[in-house]
Amino acid sequence: MHNIVWLIKMAWRDGRASGGRLFLFVASIILGIAAVVAILSFSENLEQNISLQSKALMGADFKIDSKQPINNEVVRLIDSLGGADAKEIKFASMASFGSKEGTKLVQVRGITSSFPFYGILETTPKEAGEEYASKKGALVDATLMLQFGLQPGDSVALGKSSIPIIGALKTAPGSSGMGASIAPPIIIPFDFIAESGLLKRGSRVDYNYYFKDDQVNLKQLATRITPTLNAEEADLDTHTETSERLGARYKNIGVFLNLIAFIALLLGCVGIASAVQIYIKEKLISVAILKCLGASRKQTFLIFLIQIFGIGLLGALIGTGIGVMLQQLFPLILKELLPFSITVHTSYQAIAVGLLLGIGMSVLFALSALMRTWYVSPLHVLRVQNVATKKISLAILFIGLAVFLFVLSFAFYLLERWDYALGFVLAIALLSLILRGIALGLIKLITYYFPTSWSFTLRQSLKNLSRPNNQTAILIIAIGVGAFLISTLYFTKDFLLDKTALNASANSPNLILFDVQPDQQPLVAQSIQQEGLSVLSNIPIITMRLKEVKNRTVAQIRLDSTSSIKKWLLSHEFRVTYRDSLIASEKIAAGNFNKTVVKGSPIPISVSDNLARDAQLIVGDTLLFNVQGMLMKTTVGSIRKVDWGSMQVNFSIVFPTGVLEAAPQFRVITTNAANETSAAVIQQKIVSQFPNVAIIDLRQVVALVEDILNKISWVISFMAFFSIITGVIVLVGAIRNSKYQRIRESVLLRTLGATSTQIIQIAVYEYLFLGVLGSASGVLLSFFGSQLLAILVFDTAFVPSLIPFMLLFPGIAMLVVIIGLFNSRQVISSTPLQVLRKGA
Amino acid sequence: MTKILNVTNLKKSYRSGSEKLTVLDTISFSVQEGETFAIVGPSGSGKTTLLGLCAGLDVIDEGIVELCGKNMSTLSEDARALLRNKKVGFIFQDFQLLPTLTALENVCIPLELQGNKGALKEAKLLLDKVGLNDRYDHYPSQLSGGEQQRVALARAFINKPAILFADEPTGNLDQKTGEKVIKLLFDLNKEMNTTLVVITHDMTLAKRHQKILRLADGKIVTSEASILANSLEQ
Repeated sequence: MHNIVWLIKMAWRDGRASGGRLFLFVASIILGIAAVVAILSFSENLEQNISLQSKALMGADFKIDSKQPINNEVVRLIDSLGGADAKEIKFASMASFGSKEGTKLVQVRGITSSFPFYGILETTPKEAGEEYASKKGALVDATLMLQFGLQPGDSVALGKSSIPIIGALKTAPGSSGMGASIAPPIIIPFDFIAESGLLKRGSRVDYNYYFKDDQVNLKQLATRITPTLNAEEADLDTHTETSERLGARYKNIGVFLNLIAFIALLLGCVGIASAVQIYIKEKLISVAILKCLGASRKQTFLIFLIQIFGIGLLGALIGTGIGVMLQQLFPLILKELLPFSITVHTSYQAIAVGLLLGIGMSVLFALSALMRTWYVSPLHVLRVQNVATKKISLAILFIGLAVFLFVLSFAFYLLERWDYALGFVLAIALLSLILRGIALGLIKLITYYFPTSWSFTLRQSLKNLSRPNNQTAILIIAIGVGAFLISTLYFTKDFLLDKTALNASANSPNLILFDVQPDQQPLVAQSIQQEGLSVLSNIPIITMRLKEVKNRTVAQIRLDSTSSIKKWLLSHEFRVTYRDSLIASEKIAAGNFNKTVVKGSPIPISVSDNLARDAQLIVGDTLLFNVQGMLMKTTVGSIRKVDWGSMQVNFSIVFPTGVLEAAPQFRVITTNAANETSAAVIQQKIVSQFPNVAIIDLRQVVALVEDILNKISWVISFMAFFSIITGVIVLVGAIRNSKYQRIRESVLLRTLGATSTQIIQIAVYEYLFLGVLGSASGVLLSFFGSQLLAILVFDTAFVPSLIPFMLLFPGIAMLVVIIGLFNSRQVISSTPLQVLRKGA
Repeated sequence: MTKILNVTNLKKSYRSGSEKLTVLDTISFSVQEGETFAIVGPSGSGKTTLLGLCAGLDVIDEGIVELCGKNMSTLSEDARALLRNKKVGFIFQDFQLLPTLTALENVCIPLELQGNKGALKEAKLLLDKVGLNDRYDHYPSQLSGGEQQRVALARAFINKPAILFADEPTGNLDQKTGEKVIKLLFDLNKEMNTTLVVITHDMTLAKRHQKILRLADGKIVTSEASILANSLEQ
């Protein structure tokens, strides 16, 4: 007991008087931890805010949908989830508009008033979205209102019932993207459907049950209830799935924020590791003195271990506090820059990570440094000795393994994937080894090929790098890893944003014209062009139904209760196109895309991956279609992965050219209207000239999606730059720690008559060597590392950016030199004796 | 009188690159309990290495070093540390005070290591004896060289060592301060009946010891009784 108390006392005594050195050490830990906590917290907040945006696309956390009234089994399941928070019945119906001529096929959505839970029904007038239920009225698609010249107060007749129009519906959660029905939506109160008897037997209806539960783990929920739902012909759809349909960008933001968190973790480690190594190195003499006076190895080891633990705890507490404060300050500081109002809350996960990391990392990294104190000979008092034995190497190997496992566990916790965690940590371990090799190579080079003809200051700075007990390896690793992380962030940000820019191109269609008859096609195109717009695509569409799947008739499959083929396919009217190439939103997942057909053999078609999954198809399977009375035998030639979220007209089934050209068909023509006026003019013109043509205005949907993607781009840029700045600060801390060793040597030189210019020159050269080598190695290695990241993690093309080479490399090297000079200012401004006495 | 330090055929060499450098070659001598013993020799003659090996600060290559009846080669690092803590005191040319501890705390360390609760009282008494009663809470950097060496003296004597090793105790001090420190060293030594082994360049100081061992190139040149010391004793 006495022993422990004394050890703690000694740890306190030594720490208390370590002054500036201890301050630098604690500051490094604080910086590292504050960086980790701030980045983690803010990144978690941003992810949650982006997630809120994604929820706004669906209007709920998840929904269960079915194409038939749900049976008792599904009712029980819904009850077990606490009951649905909102219900929707969606079906197609003919609508007419009082005195206005003509009827229109519309999509009726009867929704309970609590929906949506996230996002809003965007309407004109604004309050219509909230009032339609209480006023027992309808919200009618804005384009439809424009086409028919309708105003709020008019009425819409659905079947035999009539309902007043409360407002124009611009956007509504649950109907975004090109996957929306081609029929314009009309939203009515849920109860109106039952009251009006709108639903008839045999109507094709979607039943949707919406849930609000932001605590539920959607992946676990899907695993748990999907089998039951599938068996009962129902489906689970989560808000994340909806967002994922937005494409790779949305998926990548999560991976990018995880990468940022991992990099923050490493920055913390770099800060702490370099600080601990340098701090302990300076304690070797005290250890030797204590051993001379009779302290055992264990005692000296424990004194400094306890001290580091205390410092780690202190640093972690202060660092975590600062990190949390910074995170709370972000929205205030960045008010003008933030593209959306962000809800900030304290992330307990980040706090726990900060505390654990501060203590764990300090102790683990200290252990490797403290192993030197275990084997340090008391003779160290009398003369400096190199402490290098096989025993140390073995001990350090074990500690290295512990550090590896510690970082790996944290990486897994942050990245949630073992392969990423292991890959990233191994990559960083390899990076550190390469940098260490470079440092040792430099030292060897200096030793064996010392440039004796160089000037005194140049030679002295080189000598400093290769002297006994030098910090060359630690500093090159710290600078190199820092430069690597900073530059990797920059490369990643660039190629992610480059992809975003491509996707958000202005040539995306936002007006879709359906049901254009073949003979109307040139006239419609002409009308569009007359308004100064261009026809972006002109796609043929042929409708057909399935007759046989893998040589079994649809009737046989219906009767087979063991068949896992989704029943919706059996009665679905497919809208099919033909072409000889893939479009931008498609990728071949299996087989080959056939451009044309060989006479006499089955027609090789291409099916989308979701259709292949629902119909249990693989390449080579046969499908028999009924194309408006004519049977057509086909074989699955290829399976395509389709990005349904892209602003393209996508198809589940694509035929090769040379088959369907003569079949009865209609066209879909797309164009891009730059603004609302232009869109209104062309819509009114088309409706009056071609009443049969249906127009879908995607501008609001496109705007909604682009808005989210812009926010994602902002988050990527902001987090990248914030982390880069943090990295620079951590790097400054790591280099500042090398101050004391250099001061003593500079003072000795000063004592021997060196001028201020000479001392400054030596410092500049020394830090320049360190800065250039560390920074160049880091940036160059990150160039290769980022390519691997782009291909293996982000599944995107690497777009090399010049900024890391032109700006980051010289910038970091200059920064190292400036800190070096700053470190030497004490020598220049004080007398040698003052400095020597302070260092005694 | 019993031998407190007995060195027999001691050899030590270091590796310098690919070369083996013999620092001490077949050294044998002994120091009696209560004796004052000086080791002299030119720079690089192996004096400091010899002191380090005698005090168990390093391991020997060949030969035997017996300190306080213990064969140092048979003791572990920690057992040697324990022996030093109980029986040995040290004074170094550059004082080697712990820079982060106050004068009082520095003096306390050897007794605190033993778990002695009266360390503080003993330390104050000794600091008073060396004339530093107003310097308890000063850090080494706030003390002059002479004062630092006096703190080192107090620390060396606090565990009432059986043997005290001093490596050039006046090497970093001016003549006047050095003389004061040496007087204190001999006074305390006499008071506590400690065996004293001192390494020095200063022949005047060496001659104040009962025996003088001369080293050159790692070998003993002569081992003699000091006339001056004998006369002083008388």
